[in-house]
Amino acid sequence: MKNILRQLKQYKRDTFLCIGLTALEVVMEILMPFITARIIDEGLEVSNLSAVYRYGIVMVLMAFLSLTFAAFAGKNAASASSGLAANLREAIYANIQTFSFSNIDKFSVPGLVTRMTTDITNVQNAFMMIIRVAVRAPLNLIFSFAMCLLISPRLSSMFLIAVVFLVIVIGSIMVVTLKIFNQVFHKYDDLNASVQENVSAIRVVKAFVREDYENQKFSKASKMLYDLSVKAEGLLAFNNPAMMVAVYFCIISVSWFGAQFIVSGSMTTGDLTSLFSYIMSLLMSLMMLSMVVVMISMSLASVRRISEVLDEKADLTDPENPVMEVPDGRIDFNHVNFSYKHGSGKNSLSDIDLHIKSGETIGVIGGTGSGKSSLVNLICRLYDVDDGSVCVGGTDVRKYDTEVLRNQVSVVLQKNTLFSGTILDNLRWGNPDATEEECIEACRAACADEFIDKMPGGYHAQISRGGTNVSGGQKQRLCIARALLKKPKVLILDDSTSAVDTATDASIRAAFAKQIPGTTKIIIAQRISSVQSADRILVLDDGRIDAFDTHENLLKTNAIYQEIYTSQMEGGGDFDQPA
Amino acid sequence: MSEKKQGRPEVSIASKLIRRVIGYMLHYYKYPFILVVVCILITAIATVVGATFPQTLVDDYIVPMLSSGSRDFSGLARDLIQLACVMGVGVITAFTYNRIMVNVSQGTMLHLRDDLFARMEALPIKYFDTHAHGDIMSVYTNDVDTLRQLLSQSIPQIINSIITMTATLVTMILLNPALTVISILTALVMLKVTATFSRLSGKYYIRQQIDLGAVDGFIEEMLDGQKVVKVFCHEEAAMADFHKVNEELRNSANKANRYANLLMPVNANIGWISYALVAIVGAILGINELAGVTVGTVITFVGLNRSFTNPITQVSQQINFVVNAAAGAQRVFDLMDQEPEVDEGYVELVNAKEDENGQLTESPTRTNLWAWKHPHKAEGTVTYTKLEGGVVMDDVDFGYNDDKIVLHNISLYAKPGQKIAFVGATGAGKTTITNLINRFYDIADGKIRYDGININKIKKPDLRRSLGMVLQDTHLFTGTVMDNIRYGKLDATDEDCIKAAKLANADGFIRRLPDGYNTMLTGDGSNLSQGQRQLLAIARAAVADPPALILDEATSSIDTRTEKLVQDGMDALMKGRTTFVIAHRLSTVKNSDCIMVMEQGRIIERGTHDELIATKGKYYQLYTGNFAD
Repeated sequence: MKNILRQLKQYKRDTFLCIGLTALEVVMEILMPFITARIIDEGLEVSNLSAVYRYGIVMVLMAFLSLTFAAFAGKNAASASSGLAANLREAIYANIQTFSFSNIDKFSVPGLVTRMTTDITNVQNAFMMIIRVAVRAPLNLIFSFAMCLLISPRLSSMFLIAVVFLVIVIGSIMVVTLKIFNQVFHKYDDLNASVQENVSAIRVVKAFVREDYENQKFSKASKMLYDLSVKAEGLLAFNNPAMMVAVYFCIISVSWFGAQFIVSGSMTTGDLTSLFSYIMSLLMSLMMLSMVVVMISMSLASVRRISEVLDEKADLTDPENPVMEVPDGRIDFNHVNFSYKHGSGKNSLSDIDLHIKSGETIGVIGGTGSGKSSLVNLICRLYDVDDGSVCVGGTDVRKYDTEVLRNQVSVVLQKNTLFSGTILDNLRWGNPDATEEECIEACRAACADEFIDKMPGGYHAQISRGGTNVSGGQKQRLCIARALLKKPKVLILDDSTSAVDTATDASIRAAFAKQIPGTTKIIIAQRISSVQSADRILVLDDGRIDAFDTHENLLKTNAIYQEIYTSQMEGGGDFDQPA
Repeated sequence: MSEKKQGRPEVSIASKLIRRVIGYMLHYYKYPFILVVVCILITAIATVVGATFPQTLVDDYIVPMLSSGSRDFSGLARDLIQLACVMGVGVITAFTYNRIMVNVSQGTMLHLRDDLFARMEALPIKYFDTHAHGDIMSVYTNDVDTLRQLLSQSIPQIINSIITMTATLVTMILLNPALTVISILTALVMLKVTATFSRLSGKYYIRQQIDLGAVDGFIEEMLDGQKVVKVFCHEEAAMADFHKVNEELRNSANKANRYANLLMPVNANIGWISYALVAIVGAILGINELAGVTVGTVITFVGLNRSFTNPITQVSQQINFVVNAAAGAQRVFDLMDQEPEVDEGYVELVNAKEDENGQLTESPTRTNLWAWKHPHKAEGTVTYTKLEGGVVMDDVDFGYNDDKIVLHNISLYAKPGQKIAFVGATGAGKTTITNLINRFYDIADGKIRYDGININKIKKPDLRRSLGMVLQDTHLFTGTVMDNIRYGKLDATDEDCIKAAKLANADGFIRRLPDGYNTMLTGDGSNLSQGQRQLLAIARAAVADPPALILDEATSSIDTRTEKLVQDGMDALMKGRTTFVIAHRLSTVKNSDCIMVMEQGRIIERGTHDELIATKGKYYQLYTGNFAD
């Protein structure tokens, strides 16, 4: 809760203004019945028209004052709550930007989107409700009661009885229902999950003719939600009648005792009418409070989900005096152990000791889960090692400024993304200052120029969201070009040419050899043909180095390499080439 | 979220939608709802009686007692007891309608959700292709919820308000028509103000929804590529871009709420001003003893005036809910009104047995023999054809839209038990062909025959039941591993499932799972690897034991060993069945009876592996990796 309120920042003023103005508005509202009593007692009962005019005008003036206060309170409430929401979104987004890869892995994108839209909107509405109503209701309660005491201390005990009755009834209903509501939310999540499942797996459902089966499954879950909701809301149905009982009790007892007091001369008729008004506002504020409690508890789930992201600390930080230059593309792994979950005892990489010279081309091969991606992700410090060290240019990666390191160690990720914008916009992610010529040159090296030239608008052609209007192979080539524009000292391709045909794949590699000979190149691939021309090939198996040698030697000595080689030569190849 | 989706419907459409929601509710809960309205009516009358009591108190007791000095309260006590009884009835009816309304609104939600889901399940695949899954989901999560608000809160509130207003108005007119004019004028001003502010805030609410959609889109795209953002140190630029869309949203949210927040205080204070007016006018009339006004009348009237204007304030608070509900209802009914999959088939799949003459007849018990039951209307006879799994496609054309044909002149013959492979580039139409056989899509031209029967004549469920399918993207369901395998045949025993798992090579890894076959799978089996999920999908198809199979090989790379397992699993499954396999790996294809090479929606080459190699065409190029172009 606290860390949410901390995001109020520049809107603190609006919040306090809203609370202050609401308080003033409540004062006006409370004084109203008081004035009505004066109109009755000093005007109507004694037939004094001027008193009626006087108090009538005072009342109209107060109504305008109250309106002004309320309007400004409302305005401030709107700007404070929308401001809080905007700040929260910004804070979450900023925090996500500091996340390391392992932080990112923890959250799903839809989860984050829901947090930043639906959850924050919930908080925004609840916050507005709170600063308007949560201030108004208690103040109303206190002032109304004070006025009652002032008018008739004896009758106030009646209100006390009514209030205590309401607090007990509504309070106990609340406690029970909130518990049930928590279960309701869980059932709701389950139901949504089942819809989600059916939407994405509709082909499976239809292929197995399981529509009726799924309908029954859904009905059952839906019925469970219904039963729980009826249970919770059935209890809430007591709220309104309880409120009525309290109000009616007050009306009857005030009528009875009030009549006697007036007849005996210890109270006026005007007092009686204002008492009736105060009863209403007193009990209304109790109802409002119970509503606020429901609102807050419903938004608490959202608050918790937002806090989860806000409180997530980036687990990679820059050192205090970072090294600002990467001298060359030398890479050393010194007895590295690495796991995605620290202390899980399940290492993704075990005892990797590896030394790569600057300018070398290294192929990496191995099955899924053998640790290929993990290995290269350590080089540009997307994750930190558990034991040992990774050095680039002779310096431990943890000593570098992260931005400097990542600009010199360029990774083309396995799961890569293009963003909406022109091709040039996308390329310039690699280097914002790159000229169009430099971009074209990079595309030529990545063999992307031929298809870009054919696109309407060429380099200015729009890429749609997620790069869906280019084929897989084209996307991969653009991503390679983007990485080349960094002019890095180390270039890592993480299975980045899997959708590119073998011939193009080869010419990309040839271009690398010619244009960036000084750059250390690490190529992860499934295809032997992609790595066989590398200076040395690393064979990984189950997170360990199985062999590190040339293609020829591996073919002679390494069992895994031989197995992969033969399976691919015997028609284990891939038909899925782009047309 | 698209802009169109977020927009609010026009007033006339909105009221039509709301009426439809109410109609839907009445369909299931007509009598309870009538009872609710009656109870609300009684409650409102009790409320009005309570509100008018002060007049009786002042006029009938206090004033006479003050002037006569009498101390006899027995009459008042009697009246109060009567009042208490009326109020007691009011409380009971209030509870009754609140309680019934819970069942009515939640029950309507239940029916709505179930209906919605059943309708969705019946929709053709095309619907899911053309609608974003997030949008479909949002109908269940957001839109249905807006209707709950409408049914459980807004509608009772509005009915209550209308009844209270009417009852109060009648009382006021009976009490004093002159003073009533002021109240009515006040009410008109309030209605005008409410309409104005609602329109203003409504305008910005639409803006807010659009801006929210923009923020949503931005976050989704950027977070999808967050790792790329990190690798390219693009964080600051991303922050700056986000700030822009976020600021837009803050602005429109601020304005929308600002106007909405004005509504209540403005109405409340107009109420007070009207109170002052009634008091002043009442006093003038009372003091001059005009229009039959007494002190008691004024006192009661100021109270009644508040009961008359309060409902307007309350209804004005419901307006946003109602408009939101109309927008929600539009999307809910939009999904409900979608045309379900049409099925005009009449040929059924039945258990069969051979009688002594070798003729097929229908069997009431489960046999391992299946037959197509084909009624011939004209002759009034029924023929039985043995289910074998032969498929013939005759000059088939197909397009997802009528104006764009993606498959041209597809003809093929698969004899029972044959293996037909499709190869070719992504987008060449391989998956599309297989989706025509089980009628996920309907062909535009040509004919497809299954065991010699035109598939349009076969009931869709029966057709699909006879065809097993392993899809490229494996989808699993929440439940145990065993449940997921049993999905293929709901009455399969545990032994059947384990047997199928063994056939699919899945048994080994399942036994290594923490709870073996009872391991719970959640989130589409996210706790399994891609290869393991594929193996489960094969087991699922195996337990169904269909005569024909469609296998779509996974494109994503799985490691060589699991791939071998998957491959062997598929081979075992294919034995003795007609199989259509969409192959991405050469090893799958080689032993096929016929290989279809596809390019841009056409079959450009066909034959066995050896034949195609000898032709030295496209297949040869793909196979050897020598690209001419």
